[in-house]
Amino acid sequence: MELFFNPFDNLVCILLGISFTVWFTSLLVFIIVPAIFGVSFGIRRLYMKSLLKIFEVRTWVVQRTHRPPEFEMSDIFYFARRGVESIMDDEVTKRFSAEELESWNLLTRSNHNFHYISLRLTVLWGLGLLIRYGILLPLRVTLAFTGVGLLVFLTSIVGLFPNGRMKNFMSEKVHLMCYRICVRALTAIITYHDSENKPKNGGICVANHTSPIDVIILASDGCYAMVGQIHGGLMGVIQRSMVKACPHIWFERSEVKDRHLVAKRLSDHVEDKSKLPILIFPEGTCINNTSVMMFKKGSFEIRATVYPVAIKYDPRFGDAFWNSSKFGMVNYLLRMMSSWAIVCSVWYLPPMSREEGEDAVQFANRVKAAIARQGGLVDLLWDGGLKRGKVKDTFKEEQQKLYSKMLVGTQEDRSRS
Amino acid sequence: MGSRASTLLREEEIEEIKKETGFSHSQITRLYSRFTSLDKGENGTLSREDFQRIPELAINPLGDRIINAFFPEGEDQVNFRGFMRTLAHFRPIEDNEKNKNPPTSEPLNSRTNKLLFAFRLYDLDRDDKISRDELLQVLRMMVGVNISDEQLGSIADRTIQEADTNGDNSISFSEFIKVLEKVDVEQKMSIRFLH
Repeated sequence: MELFFNPFDNLVCILLGISFTVWFTSLLVFIIVPAIFGVSFGIRRLYMKSLLKIFEVRTWVVQRTHRPPEFEMSDIFYFARRGVESIMDDEVTKRFSAEELESWNLLTRSNHNFHYISLRLTVLWGLGLLIRYGILLPLRVTLAFTGVGLLVFLTSIVGLFPNGRMKNFMSEKVHLMCYRICVRALTAIITYHDSENKPKNGGICVANHTSPIDVIILASDGCYAMVGQIHGGLMGVIQRSMVKACPHIWFERSEVKDRHLVAKRLSDHVEDKSKLPILIFPEGTCINNTSVMMFKKGSFEIRATVYPVAIKYDPRFGDAFWNSSKFGMVNYLLRMMSSWAIVCSVWYLPPMSREEGEDAVQFANRVKAAIARQGGLVDLLWDGGLKRGKVKDTFKEEQQKLYSKMLVGTQEDRSRS
Repeated sequence: MGSRASTLLREEEIEEIKKETGFSHSQITRLYSRFTSLDKGENGTLSREDFQRIPELAINPLGDRIINAFFPEGEDQVNFRGFMRTLAHFRPIEDNEKNKNPPTSEPLNSRTNKLLFAFRLYDLDRDDKISRDELLQVLRMMVGVNISDEQLGSIADRTIQEADTNGDNSISFSEFIKVLEKVDVEQKMSIRFLH
């Protein structure tokens, strides 16, 4: 007598049942429920983007593979078109100049494309000018002088105390107070998010860099050990007195090039848990706050917890980006102090550490992606050093290699046949 | 406000450029803003260095040839008119039908003019012929160090053989057009503008 239920059939039924369940559940979770709540996973966008990318590559590849790939005079069209496209618009050069606004905020400096529109607007602008330069600027300059002066004076006094808990406590209070005065000198309206993730001793705080004001913004909410090159002039005076109150890491100009020395000093600082977290801007230069560019891997090579911070400015009130090739520091600060306000958001992201098998570059990119995502900035692979320097030849060589591969394939086929 | 006013584009100029190139008003102002952002010296013209500052162009194997296409013979600076005239070659051809005032002479983005642009990329010494040597040099730019001289030489020889109909061992513009008659030049040499 035959078995009613063939065990094989049973297995097939079970498998079918499982596949159906999985399929329905995915359908429900990924499509229906989000649709009900109006939430999106972004899968369709991802899908669309991937399709577009594929189309671009496939068109190039398909046209080459229909016939045995050989050099054709039309190959030049691809390079020509790509070249002219980058002349019309490219992803990199626009990051080094101030962001364009959609509507005018009554500041002449953001007036790139808006011409004379109406009498009323001009009157408003004139009024704004009076307020900004007549009332706000003198007020702010006074505050700035007070803040900086107090910083230098009080930190020197704190420096006279013997090292110990008292000194650290006082140093903290002094630093915070002076930075807060400076914040008011800029009329900076800052919203801090997720303060439970604030950097702790023995860690490294990394943030995206838009301007020197970033330092003031972060340091008015917590105490950090600064890293940088010793300058001359007023900056140098400030630096030297700050270091009397608590240990910051200042380098002589000559020492900056010595990567091992830099790494050693950073590691030593990090290991001493009584010292404050280090504040570093891994992009190495000021970017215009629409994107995050390549992070230099130096700070990610040290064995320490990394506390990422994302800073996003609202450009409608005043553009905080420092275009150092256009404006000097003093000019820049005056512009800052005669804007309406500096409005920004700071997000403290959860701490990250280098994982097993991850090298410094991959870790740096992971942190960069997290910061870009939180701040709503574009995550770019390009190096911020392109602001001043040239792009490396290796990128061009990559392109040449790819093209050669397509041609050389032919030659090998021909020699075989 | 002072220095900016002198570099703002006047309405008459925009009209002239519109007639000559076929770009729309908004496209011209957009490209003008692009031109000024590339013009680091702020003197109303672009030099070769201004172009080379664009990283995506600097890594293009034919970057230098493309930059060269913007500069007339013997000159080192290109003004906005020249800039637009060269860019006009890459306007899509269908846009011509939308244009209410078609230019009286052949438009800059006609099929022939697009082919002429490409021809000039190959023709290094501007003698209206692509010699074997010139072809080799351009090929070398495209492949870098990855292909040997002999292989490259045979590619060049074969290409000239197929294209050369009058036996002078170089490719003239009419021979170039003939070789590419089946290619969809309009689509490959056009850049779509997002308004």
